Amino acid sequence: MRKYTLFQLVMLLLCLSSCRKDIEVLMNEDSSLEPPSFDGYAGFYLLNEGNMGSNKSTLDYFDYTTGTYQRNIYGARNPTVAKEMGDVGNDIAIYGNKLYAVINASNKVEVMDARTAKRIGQIEIPNCRYIKFDNGYAYITSYAGPIEINPNYAQKGYVAKVDTLTLQVVSKCIVGYQPDELEITNGKIYVANSGGYMGAGNTEKYERTVSVIDLASFKEEKRIDVAYNLHHIKVDKRGDLWVTSRGDYKKLPSRLYFIDKDQQQVTDTLPIAVSEFFLDGDSLYTYSTEWSYVTHSNVITYGIVNTRTREVVTRSFITDGTDKQIEIPYGIMVHPVTKNIYVTDAGNYVSPGMLYCFTKDGKKKWSVRTGDIPAHFVLLPQ
Amino acid sequence: MSNALKTLLVTFCACIAVDLHAQQTRRDSSRVDTSGVRTLPGVTVSGSTFKEVIPSQKLSGEKLKSLNSFSVADAIRYFAGVQLKDYGGIGGLKTVDMRSMGTNHMGVFYDGIQLGNAQNGQIDLGKFSMDNIESISVYNGQKSDLIQSAKDYGSSGTLYLRSRKPVFDSLKNTNFKAVFKTGSFDLINPSILLERKLTRNINASLSSEYINSSGKYPFRYKRVFSGSGKTAWDTTAIRQNGDIAAERVETGLYGTLNGGGTWTTKAYFYNSEKGIPGAIVNNVWKRAQRQWDRNFFLQGSFMKNIINSYDIQVNAKYANDYLRYQNPDTTLLYIDNKFYQQEWYASVANKYSLTKRININLATDLQYNTLKSNMDGFVFPKRLTTLVALAAAGDFGKLKMQASLLGTFIRERITTGNTSIGDSAISAPAKNEWTPAVFLSFKPFAKSDLNFRAFYKNIFRMPTLNDLYYTDLGNINLQPEFTHQYDIGVAYTKSFPKSIVNEWHIQSDLYYNQVTNKIVAVPKGSGMYRWMMMNFGYVEILGLDIISDLAFALPANIALNFRATYTYQKAQDFTIRKSTDLQKLTWGGQIPYIPWHSGSIISSIRYGNWRLNYSFIYVGERYHNSANIPENYEQPWYTSDLSASRIFSYKKYNFKIAGELNNVMNQDFEVVLNYPMPKRNFKIILSVEL
Repeated sequence: MRKYTLFQLVMLLLCLSSCRKDIEVLMNEDSSLEPPSFDGYAGFYLLNEGNMGSNKSTLDYFDYTTGTYQRNIYGARNPTVAKEMGDVGNDIAIYGNKLYAVINASNKVEVMDARTAKRIGQIEIPNCRYIKFDNGYAYITSYAGPIEINPNYAQKGYVAKVDTLTLQVVSKCIVGYQPDELEITNGKIYVANSGGYMGAGNTEKYERTVSVIDLASFKEEKRIDVAYNLHHIKVDKRGDLWVTSRGDYKKLPSRLYFIDKDQQQVTDTLPIAVSEFFLDGDSLYTYSTEWSYVTHSNVITYGIVNTRTREVVTRSFITDGTDKQIEIPYGIMVHPVTKNIYVTDAGNYVSPGMLYCFTKDGKKKWSVRTGDIPAHFVLLPQ
Repeated sequence: MSNALKTLLVTFCACIAVDLHAQQTRRDSSRVDTSGVRTLPGVTVSGSTFKEVIPSQKLSGEKLKSLNSFSVADAIRYFAGVQLKDYGGIGGLKTVDMRSMGTNHMGVFYDGIQLGNAQNGQIDLGKFSMDNIESISVYNGQKSDLIQSAKDYGSSGTLYLRSRKPVFDSLKNTNFKAVFKTGSFDLINPSILLERKLTRNINASLSSEYINSSGKYPFRYKRVFSGSGKTAWDTTAIRQNGDIAAERVETGLYGTLNGGGTWTTKAYFYNSEKGIPGAIVNNVWKRAQRQWDRNFFLQGSFMKNIINSYDIQVNAKYANDYLRYQNPDTTLLYIDNKFYQQEWYASVANKYSLTKRININLATDLQYNTLKSNMDGFVFPKRLTTLVALAAAGDFGKLKMQASLLGTFIRERITTGNTSIGDSAISAPAKNEWTPAVFLSFKPFAKSDLNFRAFYKNIFRMPTLNDLYYTDLGNINLQPEFTHQYDIGVAYTKSFPKSIVNEWHIQSDLYYNQVTNKIVAVPKGSGMYRWMMMNFGYVEILGLDIISDLAFALPANIALNFRATYTYQKAQDFTIRKSTDLQKLTWGGQIPYIPWHSGSIISSIRYGNWRLNYSFIYVGERYHNSANIPENYEQPWYTSDLSASRIFSYKKYNFKIAGELNNVMNQDFEVVLNYPMPKRNFKIILSVEL
């Protein structure tokens, strides 16, 4: 009789096992934030990086035509893609009708339709970092260059040249160690080399140059010496370049450098730390997060640099005190028409972040929950 | 005797006489008595005149063998209040979290002496094969023996692993056992055990095993459309780079002294190479990272009653651990880091009986740890830990109590190691902490085995050497992470000598824990995934554990045993954050990977030489982050394991053949996000004993 009870129990457990529900594809959650507006852009995409190993890089979309924020649209638009968008989104861009998301730890660039975010295909590039376009080709930096046989196992990075029609890599150009952002201007590709894998124990091992690649020949022409551990690079409307360095995270702080287009060398250094910037006209919006070994906390600063006068115009573009709420600023964009400022907060990296919208006067318009580590913006033209 | 003493001073050993006695008693009973009622686990230590103030949870003997456990980690899942973090596969990392306070708050003792890992505080229980383990006990708060080392007071919860000890009947002086296991994952696992009576007072044992597995298993991910339930995507792949090759050798000497007292020594060696299968993410189905572990320790224990009211226990240990982590993936940062740890440990515990009812234990432990590495920017820390524990235990008939006070004094020094010129290399400030604990147990009725109990304990875990000094991540200003535990419970045992239900035992505890100064990694600076260890978090845990055992004696000599556990845990993150909006998301959220509901069932039927076991584990819904939102939701999972075995004799050999089927329902599940667990798998075990 007791055995019978056990049997019943086993049957119950069997039933339980069969009752477990299948997991559903997550659909986007929408929040209405502002009235519809028509200022030249249909909307913008926000790429959430997701913590490494979490496979939680997600895509959010803000629709200006409805004033609605759509969180996590990739799954809804591409429900049949196994394991969703991927692990650690590092850059996003639109070229022609296509949306390109560089997914670093998934070793690929996800290519989608710019209007619908429906998947078109992917470009396989190991350890890919940043993307720019020119004349039908995408140029993508990667840390994963060819292996050199040497005791220190140093591995140079490269820039991949990808045909945007076939999504095939057509050529590669070796640059410095761990190349990060790149910029294309005046027939040249400028690549900010970081050496980020090399310098952890020894500052001298960081890279300190910008590689200059001739677009026509796709060969590295020369290096411009800047500073240790470079990260971002952007061209202003006069054709001069703005480069950020991360510093060595110890004594050497992050800095902002100016490369004169004619002299092809650094002619100015601005004494402000810059983690990320966004260029709107002559205004370079910057923020920085640096660890202070004195206070044992992150020191967060904001600023606007005038790229014409090369002077810091202001050290705060958030004027209503909201900056005290931001744990880790992680992404920035300025609407070219309304001049609204968008800043993301990556929070603790492992749970959702926030997106803040400020008016051009720095007053908070709204804020909304994002995915994990909201980071990279791209505007979608109307 | 003096020779033995000298040996001990160099080596030392393991067990308390009382405990040894208890072990033997239990062991004998489980061997001799193959059909009757067994002692129910965790109620009392038999053979001791003093019942433990708080009973432990214990799995030993046949009950432990009835679980389809490959490693200690598998068996741990059947304890109440314990959550296993399992990255899957034979070589996958498996760590234990007791009552949601965090892995680092769990002390793991092997044959009476703590296993250390000063580097990261993590004891991978997957490394401890069940082959030679005889009992597993889990204590909340602390063990309350009358005599024990200061380290026994030093964790929020403690896991005691006890390896098999030689026992001989009067006719034999040698035991031999060989086991061969094979099955899924291309497992090959032979082991041998040799036990010998050397002299009238000294027994020796040698146990060794080899494990080889490809670690390959199919796993499946599937999503359906919301609403229609139709398949959106469904993909099956083979787990790669989960291979392991490991050897274990351990040998021990177990002695008794003519004048009373015991000593043991033990040498342990483990060596492994394994792949780290890594997270399954989009477009990455295979990884290349490798890990090598080499652990060696030599430990000894000595215990003797000196005069009528005074006992002494001496423990000592030397451990030497090597860890190599390699990332040969040429598309990523190349890593080939080697870490070398050493530990020297000695403990003297003294028990003095003030009266028949009151005993005092004064224990002093000294431990010295060093860590070196070839890693860039690494400093070489050295840590000296002094522990002093004073405990008083009183047995006043219906009321028993124990109060203890532990003093922990930590001094650290560093050498500059691999840092480059100009790097700061400063050691963490000294730490002095006093932490109390009080345990009460009350038995209101003389005739009924009904016990009430309660305890409070305040203890901390030190920041690990990685927390303090790891290149770029470490923070020497870290403070210890504290826990406060409040527990009330009840235990009841009833025997029914002539009934089908032979014995019934139930115990339950209600508890409230706080984890303050919780050490968490917080984002540091910007970019490139940089983190800093900070005393940042605060967690409150409200929990309930229930354990019930039932033993049936059915007609035709069929014995049926049944054990069920249930755990409820509300473990909430109340960490104050800078952003009020973000704080709203995580405030009060269930902390990562802790289910509200979990439980297990173990059952076994024995009939003649046959034995059939069924076990079941349920882990309810969880979130992988304190932000309890749909994106972070983790499904419940439950697995059923079955095994059947038969014993038979041929000449003087005893054979056992067993077949195991695990995850019978073939459930696809994950314990940790993106680390798929094996589907249905099997094992065949052959053993021969002489």
